Amino acid sequence: MIYLDNAATSWPKPPGVVEAMVRFMNEVGANPGRAGHRLAVEAGRIVYGAREAVAELFNAPDPLRVVLGQNVTEALNLALRGLLRPGDHVVTSSMEHNAVMRPLRALEKQGIELTVVACSPEGFLQPRDVERALRRNTKMVVLNHASNVVGTLLPIREAGQIARAHGALFLVDTAQSAGAYPIDMQEDAIDLLAFTGHKSLYGPMGSGGLIVGERVNAQELEPIKRGGTGSRSEWEEQPLFLPDRCESGTPNVPALAGLQAGVRWVLERGVARIRAHEVLLTQRLIEGLLRIPGVVVYGSRDAALQMATVSFNIAGMEPSEAGLRLDDEYEIMCRVGLHCAPAAHRTIGTFPRGTIRFGLGAFNTPAEVEAALEAVRALAQEAQ
Amino acid sequence: MSTHYTVLLVQSTNHALRCENILHKAGIACKLIPVPRYLSSDCGVCVCIATQDKRATLAALEAARLAPEAVCDL
Repeated sequence: MIYLDNAATSWPKPPGVVEAMVRFMNEVGANPGRAGHRLAVEAGRIVYGAREAVAELFNAPDPLRVVLGQNVTEALNLALRGLLRPGDHVVTSSMEHNAVMRPLRALEKQGIELTVVACSPEGFLQPRDVERALRRNTKMVVLNHASNVVGTLLPIREAGQIARAHGALFLVDTAQSAGAYPIDMQEDAIDLLAFTGHKSLYGPMGSGGLIVGERVNAQELEPIKRGGTGSRSEWEEQPLFLPDRCESGTPNVPALAGLQAGVRWVLERGVARIRAHEVLLTQRLIEGLLRIPGVVVYGSRDAALQMATVSFNIAGMEPSEAGLRLDDEYEIMCRVGLHCAPAAHRTIGTFPRGTIRFGLGAFNTPAEVEAALEAVRALAQEAQ
Repeated sequence: MSTHYTVLLVQSTNHALRCENILHKAGIACKLIPVPRYLSSDCGVCVCIATQDKRATLAALEAARLAPEAVCDL
């Protein structure tokens, strides 16, 4: 079996991730921050360890501004719904996932103004187009770091500097890049970094978060849920300080134990080494696909300009059929369709048909890429 | 001579854990304990140190821009 659906979730996980989750369940098990006994404190240490690991990876100055949650969608909702008010203007790109687009479209109905900057058919965004879109009331620029459809990297550092110079906040959706591409909150001028734990951070599903930079006034960040935090129990109002302000309810500690182990694995292996491995495989995949008659490859077609996610189509075969046959006949797992990103598919010209998407990860090998290319070659030949 | 203790009250368990981490790196012994009821009605934990380490503790926390809400000698 060949797993090429790492853009949806990474699999397998590195050694230590499952063990950390099992250790919590078997040896700790208590509720962090809800008591002062040793098991509750140990559970708190596990959660805090996840904050520290994430802060180290992204060069975030304060681990207490790492708000942990279920996934990147929750983190994006918190940043968008928590900070934007009627009358605010927001700039985003035409390559966004629905995790950004749907909250923004809903907020648009509530009175925020939205500008969607058009990207090229390869998924490239020109920083000058972001600059042109800014208005006097622009509160935020929101971009994904890399497309979940074609992997194309967006120029976040340039966009971040433009937003900062204009006095706007910069929110980055790092779902497709965190852990597999260097990200530095300070160098990249990121004010709000939304991440998921279960992709290139190699943690389990049910883990993710939002890192709130120091340009964001925590008291202006409205939580999307309120409730018990284990702190300020005498108050019936939500705490004003982070992370408690935005972390009500018992957290998913087993997942956060796994997240910490996954991020520690990334830090030990090194983001640069992971990136180099994925670039090598991605280039091999792109070049191989381009040599197959009847195959159209979307995106940059240059591994240096994208993440390890490659979208393509086979002439004469619908993506859904290709996905089924890759699974049934070749035991290759991939994702087909619109990938929850209709705007991106409109941009690259594949809406509503969609594409076949291969998402590579740190554990894929050149032999697996060759086997996948052989399978696509056979399907393309048959379809012609 | 018996040891005297001091507790640092902080905003939340998250802050107490950050204190613990900072003090551990600074080589200062500490223990997280339930907040004594007579100091606060909070249900979380606070940081307990030996009183003789108070000055070094406050310096280490200040360097990390983490200020306790209260410092109480027990």
